[in-house]
Amino acid sequence: MEPIQIVFLIGAALVVVSAVMVVTRRNLIHAALYLILTLFGVAVIFVLLQAYYWAVIQVVVYIGAIAILIIMAIMVTRDVTGETVEPFNRNLIGAALLGVMAAGVLIWSLSDWPGFSALAPAAETGEIVVQDLGVQLFSAEGYLLPTILASVLLLAALIAAIRIAFPNETEEDN
Amino acid sequence: MIPLSWYLILAAILFGVGLFGVLARKNVIAILLGIELMLNAVNINLLAFWRYLTPEDVTGQIFTVMVFVVAAAEVAVGLALVISVWRRRATAYADELDLLKW
Amino acid sequence: MQGFDPVFAVSEWLRELLLGWGASELVTRVTLQFIGAFVVGMGIMLIFVVLTWVERKGAARFQDRIGPNRVGPYGVIQPIADALKMLTKEDTRPKGADAFSYVLAPIVAVFSVLMAWAVIPFTEKWIGADLSVGILYIAAVGSFSIVAVMMAGWSSNNKYSLIGAFRGVAQLISYEVPLFLSLLVPVFLARSMGVNSIVNAQGAENGGVWFILMAPLAAIIYFVSSMAEVGRAPFDLLEAESELVAGYHVEYSGIKFGLFQAAEFLHSFTFAALMAILFFGGWRGPGPDVWYLQLFWFFLKTSVFYLMIIWSRLTFPRVRIDQLMNLNWKFMVPVSLILLMGMPLIEYAARGADNWVRVASHSSFNIVLFVVSFALAARSDRKTQTRERVRFEGRPVAVMPKTPAAEEEPAA
Repeated sequence: MEPIQIVFLIGAALVVVSAVMVVTRRNLIHAALYLILTLFGVAVIFVLLQAYYWAVIQVVVYIGAIAILIIMAIMVTRDVTGETVEPFNRNLIGAALLGVMAAGVLIWSLSDWPGFSALAPAAETGEIVVQDLGVQLFSAEGYLLPTILASVLLLAALIAAIRIAFPNETEEDN
Repeated sequence: MIPLSWYLILAAILFGVGLFGVLARKNVIAILLGIELMLNAVNINLLAFWRYLTPEDVTGQIFTVMVFVVAAAEVAVGLALVISVWRRRATAYADELDLLKW
Repeated sequence: MQGFDPVFAVSEWLRELLLGWGASELVTRVTLQFIGAFVVGMGIMLIFVVLTWVERKGAARFQDRIGPNRVGPYGVIQPIADALKMLTKEDTRPKGADAFSYVLAPIVAVFSVLMAWAVIPFTEKWIGADLSVGILYIAAVGSFSIVAVMMAGWSSNNKYSLIGAFRGVAQLISYEVPLFLSLLVPVFLARSMGVNSIVNAQGAENGGVWFILMAPLAAIIYFVSSMAEVGRAPFDLLEAESELVAGYHVEYSGIKFGLFQAAEFLHSFTFAALMAILFFGGWRGPGPDVWYLQLFWFFLKTSVFYLMIIWSRLTFPRVRIDQLMNLNWKFMVPVSLILLMGMPLIEYAARGADNWVRVASHSSFNIVLFVVSFALAARSDRKTQTRERVRFEGRPVAVMPKTPAAEEEPAA
C-alpha cells in the first residue's frame, strides 16, 4: 500500500466517521462541531485530488461561514442539548435502509462502468488551473451567464434571508 | 496512485449518510446539516471526475462553483426560515410544523 | 541568491545524514518537513515570549509606569516567570462544561494562528510552502479562530462567555468582509495569490515600488480590520472587561488561558507580518539580497506594525457595538468595494503607459477616494452626533435606545 493511499484512507475515515456522528448526535452543537470535522476531512480529500484552490475555498466558505452560521442558529433556537426529545422521527429504520440503499445502488451501478477504476492522468494542477477557471467564469464564450445567474441567486438569497429573519413590529404583537 | 473508484465510493457513502440525516432527524437544523453532507458528497464527485476524466477542461470546477453558491444561499435562507419559525412557533422540530396538514 | 544559507546547509546535512542511515527518500523528506514545521512553530511560540515582554513594557511606558523590572535586567526574564506561573496554576473546569469542546477550543485558537506561518516568507527562500493560493490559505486558517471563540464561549457554560462569544462572532464575521476585500487588492496588483509572488511583484518588475504607494487606502482598511479581527482595543468588545468580565475565555485558567493569550498576541503579530508582506515589500529592503539582511528587514517591518497595533490599543478608547458595526458595514465595506472595482479600471486605462504613470494614477485614485469617503463619513457622523447630543443631553448611554417614540409608548 502506498503512503498516499494511507493518507486517503485516514481522510476518508475521518469524513465518514464524523459524518455518522453528525447525523446521530443528540446534542446539536456536537453535531455541528462534527460537521466542521467532516468538512475539514473533505478539504483533505480535495488536496489529494490536487484541487488545492477548492480545498482552501471549502475551508473558507464551509467552515468559516456556513458552519459558524449553523452554530449560531442552533444557539438562537435554544433547545440545543436535545436531551428531552428523541432526535429521530419514526422514519428512523426506513431512512437508515434508504441511506444504505442509496450508497449501495450508487456504488453498484458505477462498478459496471469501465472508467470506475481509472487512474489520474498527469495534468497541470497548479496556478494555471485557477487562472483558467477565473477567465472561463467571466468570459462570454465561457460561463458568464451561469456566473451572473449564480450572483443573482446569492443576492436574492441575501435579501430573502434579511427579509425573513428581520423581526417586524406586527409579528411581535402575536 | 488512488483509483477513481475510491473517491466515488467515499462520495456515495457520504451521500447515504447525509440522506439518512435528512430523512430521520426531527430538528430542522439537523436536516440542514444532512443536506450539507449531501452537497459535499456531490462536490467530491465533481472534483474527482474533473481530475480523473477531464483535467484540461474547467467544466467540473464550474459545477463546483455552482454547488458552493447553492450551498451558501440554501444555508442563509434556510437558517433565516428556522429563526423566523422559532420566533413565531417556538419550535425547531419539523414534525411540529404541521399547520398545513389535515 | 548567492553564498552560504544556514537553513539549507543544515537541511542538506540532515538529508545526507538520514539517507546515510538507510532511510528512504520519502521518509527523509517527510522527516525533514516535520522538523521544519516544528522549528517554525517553536520559533513563533518563542516570539510570543518576547511579545509579552514588549507589550507589558510598552504599556507601562504609555501609562507612565516602569513595568516589569524585577526578574533579570529590565525584566526581560519576566515572561518566563509568567509562563511558569501559568503552567503551575490549577487547571479548572466549570461544572456543566462540555469537556470535549472546552479542552479543544484553546488548541484550535493556537492552531489557527500557527498554521498561517506555513506560507509566510521570512526571506526569499525561507518559506514553509509556497502555495499558489497562499493568501486564500491564510484567510482559511484564520477562520478557525472564529470556531475557537464559538467553542470556548459555548462550552464554558457561563452566560458572560456565551454573550462574549456571540459578540465576538458577529464582530469577526463582519470584519472578515473588508479584510478579505482589501487582501484582494495586492492579489490583483501582483496577479497572483502566492505570498512569495506578491513579495516578488513588489520588486524590480514593478520598478521597486511597494504596494503601499499604489494602494494606501487598501493598506489602511486592511490594518483597521485586522485589528478588529484580532479583537484587541479599540475593538475589544468581545472581551470588554467592564461588561463581560473577560468574554469568551472567562472560565479558562492556567495553561488553557495562556494558549488563548498566545493566540491573541500571535494573531496580531501574524497580521503585522502580513501587512509587511502585502504592502511593504516583505523581506525587501536596501542592501544586497543576503538572507540575514532579508530576515532583518522582514522582522523590522513586522515589529514596526506590531508596535503600531500596541500603540493604537493603548491610546484609543473602546468603540461602542453600534459604532463598530456602522464603521464596518457603512464605511469600510463600501469603500473597499469601490476600491476593488476602481483599481482594475485604472489598471486597464493605464495599460501600455509607463510604470510611474500607473503607480501615480493608482495612488491618486486611492487618495481621492480616501479624502472623499472620509469627508462624507465625517459629515454624516457630525449630523448623527448632533442628533444624539440633542436626544441624550446629559445622560451617559452605553447602548442607544431604539427611538424616542418607542420609549414613550409604554407611558402613553
